[in-house]
Amino acid sequence: MLKIKNLNYSVEENSMKKDILKDINLTFEDNKLYVITGHNGSGKSTLLKIIMGIVQKSSGQIVLDGEDISNLSITERGRKGICYAFQQPVTFKGLKVKDLLDIAAGQNHNLSQMCDILSKVGLCAKDYINRFLDDKLSGGELKRIELAQALARGGKLNMFDEPEAGIDLWSFENLTSLFDNLKGGITIVVSHQKRILEIADEIILLSDGQVVMQGSGKKMLSLLDDKSCGRLRGN
Amino acid sequence: MDKIDRELLEKVAQLHKVPAGAFNIRKNGQAQMRQSTKEIEIVPKSSKSGIDIIIKKGVKNKSVHIPVIITLGGFKDLVYNDFYIGDDCDITIIAGCGIHNKTCQDSQHDGIHTFHVGKNSKVRYVEKHYGQGDGSGEKILNPITRVYMKENSQMDFESLQIGGVSSTIRKTYAKLKENCVLNIKENILTTETQYAKTYFKVKLMGKNSKCEVVSHSVAKDDSVQEFVSDVIGESECFAHVECDGILLDRARIVSTPKIDAINKNASLVHEAAIGKIAGEQLIKLMSLGLDQDQAEQVIIKGFLEN
Ligand SMILES: Nc1ncnc2c1ncn2[C@@H]1O[C@H](COP(=O)(O)OP(=O)(O)OP(=O)(O)O)[C@@H](O)[C@H]1O
Ligand SMILES: [Mg+2]
Repeated sequence: MLKIKNLNYSVEENSMKKDILKDINLTFEDNKLYVITGHNGSGKSTLLKIIMGIVQKSSGQIVLDGEDISNLSITERGRKGICYAFQQPVTFKGLKVKDLLDIAAGQNHNLSQMCDILSKVGLCAKDYINRFLDDKLSGGELKRIELAQALARGGKLNMFDEPEAGIDLWSFENLTSLFDNLKGGITIVVSHQKRILEIADEIILLSDGQVVMQGSGKKMLSLLDDKSCGRLRGN
Repeated sequence: MDKIDRELLEKVAQLHKVPAGAFNIRKNGQAQMRQSTKEIEIVPKSSKSGIDIIIKKGVKNKSVHIPVIITLGGFKDLVYNDFYIGDDCDITIIAGCGIHNKTCQDSQHDGIHTFHVGKNSKVRYVEKHYGQGDGSGEKILNPITRVYMKENSQMDFESLQIGGVSSTIRKTYAKLKENCVLNIKENILTTETQYAKTYFKVKLMGKNSKCEVVSHSVAKDDSVQEFVSDVIGESECFAHVECDGILLDRARIVSTPKIDAINKNASLVHEAAIGKIAGEQLIKLMSLGLDQDQAEQVIIKGFLEN
């Protein structure tokens, strides 16, 4: 179980204090899929980055299975089974897809294990494991490989930041079933997509750095009708 | 041949045993072992130190190994190697130099290599440089490579400096005729107070000639690297020079590009990026459980090996 208690995050901008996350209190239970949605700039990515340790909170607590992890380094949190699939995947020079998957899993995979993982994100292992993870890969390919790293890692708290971005419509079915199958630990997905909202156990709506609504997937979906969903996408 | 010799040969030419095919192993200025084949002839020069490597027309899928090792301190070696590669060949040439110097006097190897690449031929040339031995004497390598390419030929040149070289100035000159392709890949690691300078001058003389230079370098501690490239497009041609450097500690890398499109249809591009390891790369790897040191090592290793 993950608990976020009284979490605040603010930055200085032009010598003015700017509040980005305001008094966030959330509880995430094991075996559930949570979807966080909200306008562009509402603070969704920032929240996930604070959980991963990439961004330092201003105040508050992050408690994972009873332990306050809010002062641990990124590495320590990674080793505790927290995993964050970036909104904008990072590229390298000289590292291959295979290298990242091996690092994620902490072991060397054989071809059939690679196949298992990559086929879940709709990629054929033999075409990809020896490709460099650089900007020659398309946006959608990078996104899928980012997802594959989380699968390879097999952590207990998996966070995905707009995993659907750049993924073609035809692959959506697989994408949603992928999150369905991740049950076991906690899964948190940031998304604007109705089809992902539809499979959520719980939906959290952020607005301007605050949790403005949360509840079961069904209940929340009926509140966030198609029209407001469109508005939530920021367009 | 002793343990150190074998270690150096393994490092610079991946040689574990006497290679198949043609080879020449030079140690401390003397030919140690030499073998020609029906297709590849290695002949010592009579007027100066060095060898001629003559590869007959049409020789395919063959390799030549010509490693040099130096195990003496205070030794300066100057050698001229000329390669005559016939038309329609497809061959691999493994050169390279390893210096073991545990004395306080400098050891130096200057290899002057000239390639005459025949029409339609394809050559892969690998030159690996390495130094070891903890004496205060420097390990110095100053190679000069000249490449003359005839029509439709291709040369893939991999120039690697894997560590331990105190000082190096590497100069490469190439002239390309019609439809020639020259790919140069350079990976350099410097540490401590080492100095490495690379200078490329490539003349794209023939129509449709193409040159691609990719330089990946890592400078650690107080080391200094310089990268100078000078590409001249005399015809409708294409060149892309990419100089990427990672800086650690107090190191410096200076990149100087020069591109000169004499012909207005020449398309010449130079890209350079020098700086520390991107923060987001470290963050990504740390989120996958590596600590900062491990993450840096993974990034540097990948960068230098590919
Ligand atoms: N270091 C910072 N300095 C200033 N502003 C920041 C900083 N980090 C985040 N912000 C601001 O905080 C807000 C929330 O950003 P965040 O990336 O979390 O939004 P988001 O909900 O993920 O948006 P999107 O849907 O576009 O991905 C934005 O207005 C952003 O500009
Ligand atoms: Mg975001």
